[in-house]
Amino acid sequence: MSEKVSLTIDDLPVTVPQGVTIWGAAQTLGLKIPTLCHHFDVKPYSGCRVCVVEVVGSRALVAACSGPVAEGLVVKTNSPKVREARRLIVELLLANHPRDCFTCPRNQSCELQTLALELGVREVRFEQDKPTWELDESSPSLIRDPNKCVLCGRCVRFCAEIQTCSVYTFANRGYNSIVTTAFGQGLGEVRCTLCGQCSVVCPVGAITVKDHTEYVLNAINNPDKIVIVQTAPATRVALGETVGLPPGSIVTGKMVAGLKRLGFDRVLDTNFTADVTIMEEATEFLHRLSEGHNLPMITSCSPGWINFLEMFYPEMVELHSTCKSPQQIFGALVKTYYAKIQGLDPAKIVSVAIMPCVAKKFESVRPEMNASGYQDVDYVLTTRELGLLLKSSGLDLKTLKPEAYDPIMGLGTGAGTIFGVTGGVMEAALRAAYELVTKKTLTNVEFNEVRGLTGIKEAEIDLDGTKIKVAVGHGLGRARQIMETIKAGNPHGWSFIEVMACPGGCVAGGGQPISLDLAYRSKRAKGLYEDDRNLPLRKSQDNPEVQALYRDYLKEPGGALSHQLLHTSFANPHERFIKS
Amino acid sequence: MSVVVSPSNPPEPVSPHALELAALEPIFETYQNAARGSLIPVLQAAQETYGYLSTTVLETIASRLNFPISQIYGVVTFYSQFRLAPRGKHVIRACQGTACHVRDSSLVLETLKSALGVTPGGTTADLQFTLETVACIGACSLAPVMMIDNEAHGRLRPDRVRAILDKYRG
Repeated sequence: MSEKVSLTIDDLPVTVPQGVTIWGAAQTLGLKIPTLCHHFDVKPYSGCRVCVVEVVGSRALVAACSGPVAEGLVVKTNSPKVREARRLIVELLLANHPRDCFTCPRNQSCELQTLALELGVREVRFEQDKPTWELDESSPSLIRDPNKCVLCGRCVRFCAEIQTCSVYTFANRGYNSIVTTAFGQGLGEVRCTLCGQCSVVCPVGAITVKDHTEYVLNAINNPDKIVIVQTAPATRVALGETVGLPPGSIVTGKMVAGLKRLGFDRVLDTNFTADVTIMEEATEFLHRLSEGHNLPMITSCSPGWINFLEMFYPEMVELHSTCKSPQQIFGALVKTYYAKIQGLDPAKIVSVAIMPCVAKKFESVRPEMNASGYQDVDYVLTTRELGLLLKSSGLDLKTLKPEAYDPIMGLGTGAGTIFGVTGGVMEAALRAAYELVTKKTLTNVEFNEVRGLTGIKEAEIDLDGTKIKVAVGHGLGRARQIMETIKAGNPHGWSFIEVMACPGGCVAGGGQPISLDLAYRSKRAKGLYEDDRNLPLRKSQDNPEVQALYRDYLKEPGGALSHQLLHTSFANPHERFIKS
Repeated sequence: MSVVVSPSNPPEPVSPHALELAALEPIFETYQNAARGSLIPVLQAAQETYGYLSTTVLETIASRLNFPISQIYGVVTFYSQFRLAPRGKHVIRACQGTACHVRDSSLVLETLKSALGVTPGGTTADLQFTLETVACIGACSLAPVMMIDNEAHGRLRPDRVRAILDKYRG
């Protein structure tokens, strides 16, 4: 038990554990102290000073994000002195910030804009000093606009502390300080996994995601094209936030309705191919387990993690499942199997994916992802892009009447839906592996050991006598720990490992709505588990559409056609990422 | 192999790749017990050895000290003592102090810039000169003044600046 201290904030008494910051103590009272650089995911930095508060008896104002509580402290978060200081700080920040809010991708989701409004900054008395940095568009997924950077360092800290990739750094000093990469290279030239978390924590429009909405609209408006869309599991519990619904609200039917109104010719579900992934991966795992080679097998549908693996652990790629991600399996099947049974010309199909992910944009254009003879997935839109597209089309998610996915590749089980949360792919695979090994029906399908947002989750699963040890990691820092543990001889005896690049899994992916709710990850995860519970089928192998796919087309999981269409290989990242 | 840098015996310009990275080994050996905490001394020693910090040298230090290259870049751009580009055979420091300023040091700097074709911080393509500015070198009685290597040149006028440069070129 840590010691408690009592203090007063804005005349309200509060008792909190020693070591908590003033910002944290105010949070427990429901007091919101504004901040720009502070983010609940990373360590305090005290860079922006927007969170300054008055501590009675202290000469200078104190940054609440890092100022520790102490017994008897009297804090004022809203005194005239504090208000004046905050207003001046934001005014100074605006002095060299481009004032092009109208055309900024973060218009109305910008924390600086909100601060200026809420703090009452109504004029900027300082002469504008316009920086003139070039846009960095070298990354396949992200755009960096250093002109808009407010030097809060959230991207620097998240990338270093949580993802351990340290793509970003502060460079230079004083007025010349900038956030940049090593040697000022483009994001596409450094070892960036494209997880996109920087675009989520960036408070302004300095790091944004490449927008491919226009390409999709052009395809929809082209009468010669059949535009088929798939929706990733995690999108259905986050899209609602774009219209103000709480995180975790299940909006599957409304999303389907919205996509149909937008003019997509078929609205299908990535959950279906998540189920297919399970059939392939469980088979692959059991094969490796019986042969005892390339273990532990690592499973993942996270392209950010795949990039990480290829860039940081290229010598260990053979441990990874060769199975493609549900997005790419969908792409490969929609232009082969689906086209065949629907009598469509695959050359006319434009395959679009709605994803919670930024790295998916890159995954879709990987040169080897053309098993169908065409680019398997043509365009990837993030949940944020879809949210804006619906708004720009006059479609209100709140009032849309729910509709169902189209048949064939539109049906997914609960196992498919939980792919969107850390531990979900593992749980779905276990639901299948258990029945494949034991030939018995699994009655309790919930594997609570692999659920939750804690660190690396471990479990021992008894497959009717065959005991297997599994591990689940989310966030690239934990992924690195897992890889180092395997390198050190796999002392825990893991045989099956799931990794997702983003902390929390896809529900908190880089392409999801930006949330300032401290519990947004767990709320969205809760939404997916609820969706799982509500679905009539919860095991991939029970999906009749999946059964039909194998019966009528692929013949068997892990068979020749599966290998041709649904499996892949990994590359030396230096050929792909590092120019020349 | 280590490269000795002295005004009388300057090194031929060498590409960083051609430089023996092996010269870093004794430095790593000296600091091996203080790995991460010794980044700055390692950088200083490396710069002492090579005259500047090339990308290759920095990447080697990053991997040996297990330090992200981006953060090392942050450190070397923060401290003005570190140089990311080779320096010229002669280093010119044009004084910008108050005394020099009132005696037209700006004219001296303009002359240097146009004669050398570089801006402060830059090095001529032939690696003969590096131009720098300093706040004051404490020789106000000679204002306007500049240092070339360890020699002070005072009471400068544009024509004298050009003549002095020619002498060093010779």
